[in-house]
Amino acid sequence: MKNEEILEKLKQKHPQAVLGAADRFGYLEIQIAGASIAEVVKTLRDDPEFAFNMLIDLVSIDYSATQGWTGERFALAYLFKSLTLGHRLQLKVTVAEDEPVVPTISEFYANANWLEREAYDQMGVRFARHPNLKRLLNHHEFVGHPLRKDYPITKRQWLSANESLMDEMDVRLKAKGYQ
Amino acid sequence: MGMTGEGFPAVTTRRDAVVAWGQKNSLWPMPFGTACCAIEFMGVAASVFDISRFGAELVRFSPRQADLLLVAGTVTFKQAPILRQIYEQMCEPKWVISMGVCASAGGFYNNYCTVQGIDQVVPVDVYISGCPPRPEAILEAVLKLQDKISNPQAVPPAQFKVKEPHFDY
Repeated sequence: MKNEEILEKLKQKHPQAVLGAADRFGYLEIQIAGASIAEVVKTLRDDPEFAFNMLIDLVSIDYSATQGWTGERFALAYLFKSLTLGHRLQLKVTVAEDEPVVPTISEFYANANWLEREAYDQMGVRFARHPNLKRLLNHHEFVGHPLRKDYPITKRQWLSANESLMDEMDVRLKAKGYQ
Repeated sequence: MGMTGEGFPAVTTRRDAVVAWGQKNSLWPMPFGTACCAIEFMGVAASVFDISRFGAELVRFSPRQADLLLVAGTVTFKQAPILRQIYEQMCEPKWVISMGVCASAGGFYNNYCTVQGIDQVVPVDVYISGCPPRPEAILEAVLKLQDKISNPQAVPPAQFKVKEPHFDY
């Protein structure tokens, strides 16, 4: 499907969710209201004409250092690709600073689990109903969100003892039938 | 007789000299490889730049069976307690070589998550700079360590003193 067709079809299916669209060097970006991201993503994955079966990346953005920015502080960019039909799409969700909560899409894409954990760890954006929203890259005693523009990049925080990660392991073992 | 402990016994007796000769020519490295320097260590251990020429042939991936901890790569704050635990699991005498700039001083990662030098976590005997160091540089470090084992100074230089792990909370 071409970019215009994707945009039109998504507008028909979710008229309140689509807030706008932009062309990013030939790739389509659609701005989506944060609260409806889960249903939009479900449509994108399940509709046979869209068939966006791969979530390529989930990127969190902090606009607080951008000159002349008047919108909300954070944004999330979801990058999708259809392996069967070949088209790509970017969804942009702006997230307010005082309530940085967005519904999770980890029930639709398995890799969204860790991508959202990374966005939470580095930027502080929370994901509602995420199965295990805890830090991924930084250690569990880390305070703050280091990729925010107001975090001093060289501020180091020591760790006294590692966590055992058995909570994640138990979930995996159960899922594979070992417990 | 390693570099940890209260002081450096000078090699005074013939027996000490023989023991030191045995230790330096049979270092069993444990590569604590976290990043790219580990790949370079693989090159050193392979046939062209052969580290077993100098006796460090038996690469043991268990700290219980090794006496040379070769920290090759970036160590983050999440990894630092693990490094400390591995170091403490090694038996005396033990030595540590910090390979590459990341392990020696944080490398070019001057940020919130990288330990700026593993000597804040474990005491280091020889530092190798380089990103990654040439295999010849690693071999030179092994030779320097061998010199150090056979000629330990009576008073250790300040940089080789045992440092307590740095926790500032």
